[in-house]
Amino acid sequence: MPILELKNVSKSFGSGSSLIEVLSDINLSVNEGEFVAIVGFSGSGKTTLINLINGLLFPDQGEVLLHGSPVEGPGPDRGVIFQNYSLLPWLSVYSNVKLAVDEVFPKLSKKERDEHIKKYIDMVNLTPALDKKPSELSGGMRQRVSVARALAMNPEILLMDEPLSALDALTRGSLQEEIIKIWNQDKKTAILITNDVDEGILMADRIIPLTPGPKATLGPEFKVGFERPRDVTEINKDEAYKHLRNNILEYLMDVGATRKQVSDQRYMLPDLKPTMPGRVIFRKRKKKVQVKYF
Amino acid sequence: MCRGWCERVTVTAAPLHLPYLHTAKAIIPTTHITLHMKTKIIKTLRFIGLGFLEPLIRLISGEEPQKNASLFLKKAILPVASIFIFVLIWHTGATALYNSEASARIEKARTEQGEAAATAMKACIESGDISCQPNTLPSPAKVWAAYKALWADHVQIAQKKEEFQSKVAATNEQRAAQGLAPITYTGRPSFVDQIGTSLKTVAAGFLLAMFIAVPIGIIMGLSDSLRTAFNWLIQIFKPVSPVVWLLLVFMIVKTLITDPTMDKSFIISFISVGLCAMWATLVNTSMGVASVDKDYINVAKVLKLNIGQNIFKIILPASLPLIFTGLRITVSVAWMVLIAIELLAQSPGLGSFVWEEFQNGANDSNAKIIVAMFVIGTIGFLLDRIMLSVQNLMTFNKTTA
Repeated sequence: MPILELKNVSKSFGSGSSLIEVLSDINLSVNEGEFVAIVGFSGSGKTTLINLINGLLFPDQGEVLLHGSPVEGPGPDRGVIFQNYSLLPWLSVYSNVKLAVDEVFPKLSKKERDEHIKKYIDMVNLTPALDKKPSELSGGMRQRVSVARALAMNPEILLMDEPLSALDALTRGSLQEEIIKIWNQDKKTAILITNDVDEGILMADRIIPLTPGPKATLGPEFKVGFERPRDVTEINKDEAYKHLRNNILEYLMDVGATRKQVSDQRYMLPDLKPTMPGRVIFRKRKKKVQVKYF
Repeated sequence: MCRGWCERVTVTAAPLHLPYLHTAKAIIPTTHITLHMKTKIIKTLRFIGLGFLEPLIRLISGEEPQKNASLFLKKAILPVASIFIFVLIWHTGATALYNSEASARIEKARTEQGEAAATAMKACIESGDISCQPNTLPSPAKVWAAYKALWADHVQIAQKKEEFQSKVAATNEQRAAQGLAPITYTGRPSFVDQIGTSLKTVAAGFLLAMFIAVPIGIIMGLSDSLRTAFNWLIQIFKPVSPVVWLLLVFMIVKTLITDPTMDKSFIISFISVGLCAMWATLVNTSMGVASVDKDYINVAKVLKLNIGQNIFKIILPASLPLIFTGLRITVSVAWMVLIAIELLAQSPGLGSFVWEEFQNGANDSNAKIIVAMFVIGTIGFLLDRIMLSVQNLMTFNKTTA
């Protein structure tokens, strides 16, 4: 049985004429220990999708099933690494992780908790920055704290919402490797949302493209069969890699192009005449229709 | 932490039979110490709001003398120069006013009583006799003299108090043994005592404002409907004048407190100060709580924090900067409003000091009022600086987090 299942999930925001159907008819099933990457254009509803899974949002139609039962809200069993780190700026690195650990493992003794926290901070190589505030850290270091916090909760599923997209290419590369290394240790189920096809290929077992919104849905999946541990430089030389990458990109380009055609809609613009700046035209004011309430 | 001077300690305690090592060690740490100390001093100065001294310290340590000299000139000399010019203008203005009133008096004496009276008046004014001095804006010199007089008065009263205390010490012990209240000094309070009373009133008012406004602000911030519900009331009460608050508090306190031994005027004035000043904190707290970053709330949701943890671990720390901005405004409003309220409530303090001096109309009353004005201004400035330091302590860098 899959650990996570999305069945015909749709989600829209707003109502009436401003209704935007962000996601429609999403079907996804993730098995235990799998690393799935969802790749899509920005603005296609990737964050909405991850928020549906972590329980911050609820679907309008369809259902999100975790171990076969519907998700009823956020919880520490799904650790989230947010795109913008979401660290609490008044807490040190240690305290940020501690907040999560205290919450998830209230039964552990003080010493055990301390060890647990330090273990995960060490895992992301931040032990020297233990007592620093987030504002004293670089972007990459902050995201590492976020990774440590998510991992320290010992979640069943690790949800990553474009965790590396705000970082520069070099930091990005090294953090990708680090996350994969940590993931390799206990092979948790992981869902990575990204806009970078290469990142997906390097990290995931499966890549599923998300078509551009509105009414975004998941496209056909692409299996990534490279042996782990994967090496960037070696994969880059691999013919199969180029082939896979081109396939995914082509698919994304195709759906992007069709969207453009579909949205080639005529808009009726109001008939406006520009007025000279500084010139005021007085007109007789239209008499207001009086509404009588009594 | 104490790397700088731990090393120095080892240097002084170093055995003398290692001369080379000793000198080599001594040179490196001393430069290190000054550097370390300099940054520390600059940090503290900045923190307590004396940042303008920073270039001077850099200048003394020989760092970029030209740049720091001009910086110091700009940051410290210019304000001092402006104060000097202000005093100069004040002096000229006061002299002009003095002369115009003096000549008016002479002229009046001339028209009413003839030439002889006019010359007598002129002589009287020139002799500096108290009975015929023009009563107008006092010059800086007079204000300085009044300040010295007030200080001397304070010293004298303090001495009297001490004498009184030592006189009644034995009796008070006896009274304490009998369970009676001790005899206290009931003489005229000095100017410094008045300042102390005013500070006490403001502190009480500020604490009251804080304990009312912060909890209510948090509750209001948490609930959108409560915020809408109370918005109008707050908007209506916020601009109400301190005088009206005082009268309102008077109406209530008068009825509630019938015990004659309680200091009613103090209670009335501190409650009114608190009520006048709490609005800024109330509005800022509710705004701070309402505008906590959604990311932090998401973290709380993912961690499944309960309401109490959510408030104390996420919402309150996240809104602390805005709460302290509000408290800072509250302190300055409280201090500003205090003078008017003390004046009306007849509770002792700077306000009643000013009013009494004005009613008194003695020769140096005007100068004393100006002294009080400067004291009020300076204390207000210091209070604001203290709050600013506390605020800086509480503020985290939101933009980079």
